[in-house]
Amino acid sequence: MAKKMKKIYLDYAATTPVDPRVLKFILPYFSEKFGNTASLHSFGQEAEEALEDSRQIISRALGAQSKEIIFTSSATESNNLAIRGTALANKNKGNHIIVSSIEHDCVLNSARWLKARGFELTELRVDKFGLVDPENIRKAIQPNTILVSVMHANNEIGTIEPIIEIGKICREKNVYFHTDAAQTFGKIPIDVNKMNIDLLTASSHKMYGPKGAACLYLREGIKITPLMCGGDHENGKRPSTVNVPAIVGFAKATELCLKEMKQEGDRQSRLRDKLIKTVLKIIPGARLNGHPTKRLPNNANFQFSFIEGEALLIRLDQYGFAVSTGSACSSHRLEASHVLLACNVKPEEAHGSLRITLGRFTKESDINRLLNILPKIVENLRKISPFKI
Amino acid sequence: MYTKKVLKHFQNPHNYGRMKDPDGVGKVGNLVCGDVMWLYIRVGKNIKKQEIIKDIKFETFGCVAAIATSSAITDLAKGKTVAEALEITKEKIVNNLGGLPPIKIHCSVLAADALAEALYDYLKKNKREISLDMEKKHQILQKEKETLVGRHKEWVETEEKMHGHE
Repeated sequence: MAKKMKKIYLDYAATTPVDPRVLKFILPYFSEKFGNTASLHSFGQEAEEALEDSRQIISRALGAQSKEIIFTSSATESNNLAIRGTALANKNKGNHIIVSSIEHDCVLNSARWLKARGFELTELRVDKFGLVDPENIRKAIQPNTILVSVMHANNEIGTIEPIIEIGKICREKNVYFHTDAAQTFGKIPIDVNKMNIDLLTASSHKMYGPKGAACLYLREGIKITPLMCGGDHENGKRPSTVNVPAIVGFAKATELCLKEMKQEGDRQSRLRDKLIKTVLKIIPGARLNGHPTKRLPNNANFQFSFIEGEALLIRLDQYGFAVSTGSACSSHRLEASHVLLACNVKPEEAHGSLRITLGRFTKESDINRLLNILPKIVENLRKISPFKI
Repeated sequence: MYTKKVLKHFQNPHNYGRMKDPDGVGKVGNLVCGDVMWLYIRVGKNIKKQEIIKDIKFETFGCVAAIATSSAITDLAKGKTVAEALEITKEKIVNNLGGLPPIKIHCSVLAADALAEALYDYLKKNKREISLDMEKKHQILQKEKETLVGRHKEWVETEEKMHGHE
């Protein structure tokens, strides 16, 4: 292997680099415009102004009012606030919540936290593509249901859920609808009113903004219990000194994403389709996870029979490619991905899944290089395996 | 997360592939858990006329640690007398690799089990004396396998089919 190997990042669903335009924009907020938004002097005023400008930009991107945006530190926090905060504040209305079985852990575990404290929980099944059937939502709604949470698109397999239909049903039934849009905000269009969304989670570091900033859209009039006790930042809904540089960056990143959404979406979809088509054609025993068409423009997720995902990931890393896997053996835990298992992928196949996610800085030549190396790695690992295709 | 030695073994595994007419085979692990290790040994004699592991090969489906421990155990066992090979423990494998992440220690157990099973297979086939400990260990592994066959019949059949016995 060459000593100075080119590194190619294809894990944009995990996190993205900060766009240089965003970075340049936020630098003054660390050392010149560093004030605390709660201070009354000019430093504080300047920070406060930057915060409210950011709130405006993000609310407009969602078709919301600016007072409906609560800034938080991460999508995990926003999802916790949305699920636990709404449930706790609306206990008088009912105690039943519905989530899909392929939600991110932070949604699932927030819901299970409530279940352990006396709430009723329905975890909805998905089909083999990871799609929630809106009719199942209708059937699952009970008189005591207060909240439905279905993600806009899944972070592992990229399937885009029918949230317009789900929103309509929830509105009809007078149940709050939350969607985790961490993977979609800035990538595909969202309008909280047209889509009947009551709560929505979006995150900065998934869209070329800095880490440490996210938001929860909370429709006017919905009660929520804050997760932390503190001062009256964010209208008392999220106390903590406001992370102005990160939030300003989040807003700048939002502007850029919105401006380039159509063009980037088309470009990435084209690269994604090339990647998927070629891999399925040239690698024996390769299959696509997720939906063939209803999927994020930047997501491809494959399974390769009789190869273990972590082995594949580390081999690719040795060639400079950064990807991700739903393999049980990866990193820190030993269970196979709950998303793939929910899609009825067999455990031994879930072990061999590979997620490749493209982004703003992915070039066609990167995909070509990957397509050149991946079949060789798969073939080599199969040589070591006792199972042959 | 992984030591340089683990990654080195993983990048260039030693002694992988199938062996024709082996003297002993050890098959451990299962597809459901994501680790399957098959170890083949050929037994010969050294100058002192002691029985040694003359050749050893592995086939592994599994993660980085599973492949690295497979490769490492072939290095540790090759050329050793049967008695010496029986002394290769999971600790020896882990030490040889400069350590494994705690969550991957089971891979070293798997490798040690695979070798023990291959040796058991050899001794049994040649009607040799098998120690009580070895017999016990074999029984435990067989029992685990049987429980699994009962629970995941379909997958075990897939294993058999995909291996395509020679």
